[in-house]
Amino acid sequence: MSIKVYVPRDSSALSLGAEKTAKAIVAEAGKRGLDINLVRNGSRGLFWLEPLVEVETDNGRVAYGPVKPKDVDGLFDAGFLEGCSHCLSLGLTEEIEYLKKQERLTNARVGITDPVSLEDYLSHDGYRGLQNALKLTPAEIVKQMTDSGLRGRGGAAFPTGIKWNTVLNAQGDQKYIVCNADEGDSGTFSDRMIMEDDPFVLIEGMTIAGLAVGATKGYIYLRVEYPHAHKNLNTAIASAEKSGYLGADICGSGKAFELEVRLGAGAYVCGEETSLLESLEGKRGLVRYKPPLPAIKGLFGKPTVINNVISLASVPIILDKGGEYYKNFGMGRSRGTLPIQLAGNIKHPGLIEKAFGITLRELLYDYGGGSASGRPIKAVQVGGPLGAFVPESQFDTPLDYEAFAANWAVLGHGGVVVFDDTVNMAKMARYAMEFCAIESCGKCTPCRIGSTRGVEVLDKIINNQDRARNIALLRDLSDVMLNSSLCALGGMTPFPVLSALNHFPGDFGGVAAAEK
Amino acid sequence: MSQSDWDKNAVTQVIDSLKDKPGAMLPILHGIQDTLGYIPKGSVPLIASALNVSRAEVHGVITFYHYFRESPPGKHTIHVCRAESCQSMNGFELEVHAKAKLGIDYHETTQDGNFSLEPVYCLGNCGCSPAVSIDGEVYGRVTPERFDEILDEVRAQA
Repeated sequence: MSIKVYVPRDSSALSLGAEKTAKAIVAEAGKRGLDINLVRNGSRGLFWLEPLVEVETDNGRVAYGPVKPKDVDGLFDAGFLEGCSHCLSLGLTEEIEYLKKQERLTNARVGITDPVSLEDYLSHDGYRGLQNALKLTPAEIVKQMTDSGLRGRGGAAFPTGIKWNTVLNAQGDQKYIVCNADEGDSGTFSDRMIMEDDPFVLIEGMTIAGLAVGATKGYIYLRVEYPHAHKNLNTAIASAEKSGYLGADICGSGKAFELEVRLGAGAYVCGEETSLLESLEGKRGLVRYKPPLPAIKGLFGKPTVINNVISLASVPIILDKGGEYYKNFGMGRSRGTLPIQLAGNIKHPGLIEKAFGITLRELLYDYGGGSASGRPIKAVQVGGPLGAFVPESQFDTPLDYEAFAANWAVLGHGGVVVFDDTVNMAKMARYAMEFCAIESCGKCTPCRIGSTRGVEVLDKIINNQDRARNIALLRDLSDVMLNSSLCALGGMTPFPVLSALNHFPGDFGGVAAAEK
Repeated sequence: MSQSDWDKNAVTQVIDSLKDKPGAMLPILHGIQDTLGYIPKGSVPLIASALNVSRAEVHGVITFYHYFRESPPGKHTIHVCRAESCQSMNGFELEVHAKAKLGIDYHETTQDGNFSLEPVYCLGNCGCSPAVSIDGEVYGRVTPERFDEILDEVRAQA
């Protein structure tokens, strides 16, 4: 019998040479006349060990990494196909501390299965949520979601069950499920990993959403920067259609749901839900006024559930194990798990799915192992380009929506970007304004004009021009953007700007910056 | 290929195959750019007529999105990530190096027509910063030296 060897096809693994490693393994096995079955799985999310090669043994999967093509010959010599020891040995994959301590609910299959194999998906508990949902009424499905306590993982943390209930009760001849897969936040990649490494779980989640609210059509609005996700989603959708998990008659239930992937075109603001809907309709991605909410008047004016990838990918496990099961993870009003993405200047970057409540310090040091550069960590930015910079004094804050809000910070989509002490926070504040100016949709003045004025004022502060007055002006400008922008782009750019100013006044000229 | 000799038949084919989709504008623009590498100005009236919108609206959509381009790209398009995670791992030095190495700024193409350089705000490879992508393939932990090696590899593939 051939031996199963796993080499990831996740784009982060590919970015570190996984394709060449895979080819080298196949070539070497051929040369030695050994029979291997190469599986291209997703990534386990331990990026400092990629390309991470696994071999199936009687005791479980054994890992080696990082494996470069030049290591392959030696691995065969050492007998890695029998799980033998080598200097790149990591032992049983499941026993690797970083992975073992996690609570992977949404990402249960990520890195384990062949992402586009429906057979693999089914043999790893796939489509059990849908089978349960097919036995329930729409209101009962929505109740499971409400019971789970799931809040929107895109960043806004709105209760998913309430959103679904609004759409369920809205009148419309056509309703839609839209997946926001425009993961534009720097430091985030959990949507990408779901779509590349376990696309069926998103498809299943959207199908259940369709059953719950009476929608027969779904769109995945995917950012164009994710070509591998695009390919895997389309392959998985075709396979689900062929096997009756999508289409006019889902699993013989007589209920219909069809799914289509649409590509964005490099506009960050299209991650804002109403801008995304405009873009799907074929227009410029200008933010809409709310109300009406998308749940009442969304895509093409019809009632629409619009949820982030992780929210929708968490639906199958909730319907499989029940809302109560999911709710038992977490703390306070933050229920369940959050896929945390540890990125930037960190020794052990990766995907860490944990129940809410873990602290930043545990993430940065127990998991992350400190900075990659070996220098002290000065700040972390949590929640993407619109998230606050968090100083060392707040590293003991638990990951919880309310605890972060109390520090005037956000969890957002769960991205954590680490900076060492070489970072200049005034320059980061300037970058935040610059990014807002580049990505503003232009509809509202505080964002469109404010961001450009913000760059100018910060340039003056950085160049030591009349600092005290310009810092006062920056605070005033931030106040206007914060309180009068139409959406979170202009409305939250002051988070990184003011947190940088308040926590790191030394980078803004010291004394003057401290006067609030 | 210059602006004047674009393939009208190819554009018409893309438009005809996609125009009946709901919200067909972006799929059509992607289809044209996938086929020709850019969206020729002359295709704007064709799209407008097929979708029953004004030329101004088509132009407005094309120019709103950073990804769409109205001039032919180089043989290879390099996207360098400028976002925070990459900045934290010397991404700025990489940007400076890439521009100097290619002798061009963002949104420009090298004289030999080989490379176009574009900024990008996150490739979702933040666990392996800094990142660049070339023709859609992502590369991680890119030092200036590795950038030069990758360029040589891409040139050799040609």
